[in-house]
Amino acid sequence: MPAVQETIDRVRKIDVDQYKYGFQTEIAMDKAPKGLSEDIIRFISEKKGEPDWMLEWRLEAYRRWLTLEEPTWARVDYPKIDFQDIYYYAAPKSTPGPTSLSEVDPEILKVYEKLGIPLKEQEILAGVQKTDASELEEANDNVYKSGRVAVDAVFDSVSVVTTFKKELAEAGVIFCSISEAIREHPELVKKYLGSVVPTSDNFYATLNSAVFTDGSFVFVPKGVRCPMELSTYFRINEKNTGQFERTLIIAEEGAYVSYLEGCTAPQRDENQLHAAVVELVALDDAEIKYSTVQNWYPGDAEGKGGIYNFVTKRGDCRGDRSKISWTQVETGSAITWKYPSCILRGDDSSGEFYSIAVSNGYQQVDSGTKMIHLGKNTSSRIISKGIAAGFSQNTYRGQVSAHRKATNARNFTNCDSLLIGDQCGAHTVPYMEAKNSTAQFEHEATTSKISEDQKFYVMQRGIPEEEAIALIVNGFVKDVIQQLPMEFAVEAQKLIGISLEGSVG
Amino acid sequence: MLEIRNLHARIVDDGTEIIRGLNLTVQAGEVAAIMGPNGSGKSTLSYILAGREDYEVTEGDILYNGQSILEMDPAERATAGIFLAFQYPMEIPGVATMEFLKVAMNEQRKARGEEPLKIPEFLKRVKDAAASLNMDMAMLKRPLNVGFSGGEKKRAEILQMKLLEPKLCVLDETDSGLDIDALKIVSDGVNALRSPERAIVVITHYQRLLEHIVPDSVHVLYKGQVIKSGDKSLALDLEANGYAGVIGEAA
Repeated sequence: MPAVQETIDRVRKIDVDQYKYGFQTEIAMDKAPKGLSEDIIRFISEKKGEPDWMLEWRLEAYRRWLTLEEPTWARVDYPKIDFQDIYYYAAPKSTPGPTSLSEVDPEILKVYEKLGIPLKEQEILAGVQKTDASELEEANDNVYKSGRVAVDAVFDSVSVVTTFKKELAEAGVIFCSISEAIREHPELVKKYLGSVVPTSDNFYATLNSAVFTDGSFVFVPKGVRCPMELSTYFRINEKNTGQFERTLIIAEEGAYVSYLEGCTAPQRDENQLHAAVVELVALDDAEIKYSTVQNWYPGDAEGKGGIYNFVTKRGDCRGDRSKISWTQVETGSAITWKYPSCILRGDDSSGEFYSIAVSNGYQQVDSGTKMIHLGKNTSSRIISKGIAAGFSQNTYRGQVSAHRKATNARNFTNCDSLLIGDQCGAHTVPYMEAKNSTAQFEHEATTSKISEDQKFYVMQRGIPEEEAIALIVNGFVKDVIQQLPMEFAVEAQKLIGISLEGSVG
Repeated sequence: MLEIRNLHARIVDDGTEIIRGLNLTVQAGEVAAIMGPNGSGKSTLSYILAGREDYEVTEGDILYNGQSILEMDPAERATAGIFLAFQYPMEIPGVATMEFLKVAMNEQRKARGEEPLKIPEFLKRVKDAAASLNMDMAMLKRPLNVGFSGGEKKRAEILQMKLLEPKLCVLDETDSGLDIDALKIVSDGVNALRSPERAIVVITHYQRLLEHIVPDSVHVLYKGQVIKSGDKSLALDLEANGYAGVIGEAA
């Protein structure tokens, strides 16, 4: 008997998927039939109550997508995806306007509870309509005393609710679901949607353009500093459902906004597809800070299941002196294919990319950034920390280019990789291209292993092996953690520790 | 407190036997000095006591308070009260010394079923200990051992030892790389830890350190065995006549 127990403990220990968010929820859902066709796209568009121009935009993207081939250049390996075997639309059935928590589908509330979102915030998320406006304000105040964050929650294909809309509206900030923006602010959506990531951009972005179901929309008008952090929680719940969210953030002249997205999904044996597009537009003197804590289900210890995360994120520093900063903590997904990029179009604009990518088990990460210098005196900074454990493969792929007119373009790139164990791999693939002789690019790259010496030293102070590794790794990624908003830095550090559980022994 | 019985140990990678039938007993309250020429197995012994995996014990046992520790990992041994001050302390980039101290102290408390230290209490302990070692608090904000001078690293080791309050302290060549002032400070730090409940094993090459930390017993290690034991006069004898005489006697 002891042997049996030992085996169980041991298996538990090596299991990478001690995935805290792996629950699934039984919620009545509205779903479109499986598969993709023009009819499905019409169905989605109609469900969303979209205007004709939007439907046309989708259909055009779909027709183009049919002509495209799935890209194969990334260092990732997976069986061919059957795009006809996926649900493209799933929405929780809801009776409009619950008036108290007791009327909200208790299963949805349980989800929020498990995600650790406080009750009052849950109440807001679940869309409880308070009859007394002041009561709601009070509730808001209580929830956000410590650090006020407006939240948009996206459950499978739809945005469930967005908090703090009123207060944001007073400041002139629009924060709502993209579906709502298409209906309420068509002129802004028409002007900016697809202006950074065109419908023809790449296989997954084109697919997303055809079938995107929800996501967030942020508009910060001229001269406004967004009064609070904005945040979106994405959750894939339904089986065989793809999530195709679309996020569009616009900061007008001199505006500032900081935005954070968090993602979780249930544990399932089959793979699920997540193909998002995020577009950022910064006009003159504007600044956008975009942070991601990505924790999609990574698959189990044998590499079964998990999310395919094929995402196109791009920011356009359209105005002079504008600034876009991407910070990402990537711990989840079976496969990650993601290159948050900056187009440095405006003179004196700057782009930053801070990344921590942790892979364990059989996870495959191919991530990095592109910094495209077009304007004069543009600068960019890339700090990437890859941590590979288990049998995972972790690739940094980055491109820095300076075009003919980009005089005095500056880039600094630092890519460090850390290996834990000897079954994993770390790879660095930098592309650099300067068509202007005044450009100055610096690149530093290191690959190291957590040495037995370091681990022994830390353990000798009474720190158990897994904590010792988490401590050393958190030291390794500190430069990037510091870029995260305070509230999330602690969370990210914990998440890194959890992701590496079972990476030793 | 510490009883090493007929210990044989080899390097896992290549099978080289380093410790060949070593016997040593150290009582609570005792300061034992282990001396010996280069390559005699002094540092290896300290690593084996702390549980380093690169070495495999093939025969014999190490008893700590009467219990064998061979099955315990380094963290468990540390929590049980065994502390090794390293000859070459490791750099831990990105981890502030303060943070490291807090994690280490609290992990040990956790293992003993105690509550984590409250921040003010933690700070007070660190301040007091740092002051006694003439260490600047600003230094403790820097990543552990990164860019520290040789002397600073050794002081940081003694600081950790003070704060973790071990029962068995093993000091591996703590005097190496120290100038005379630093040696004095470090030795005072060690002497302050002498107590009837604590055993201290000082591994050193030279008599110099033993002028500051006066041992109760001196043991000569050669080819993985203790070939001679005596009181502090043995260290003086070695200083005057070298190891050759003792080695010849044993052979």
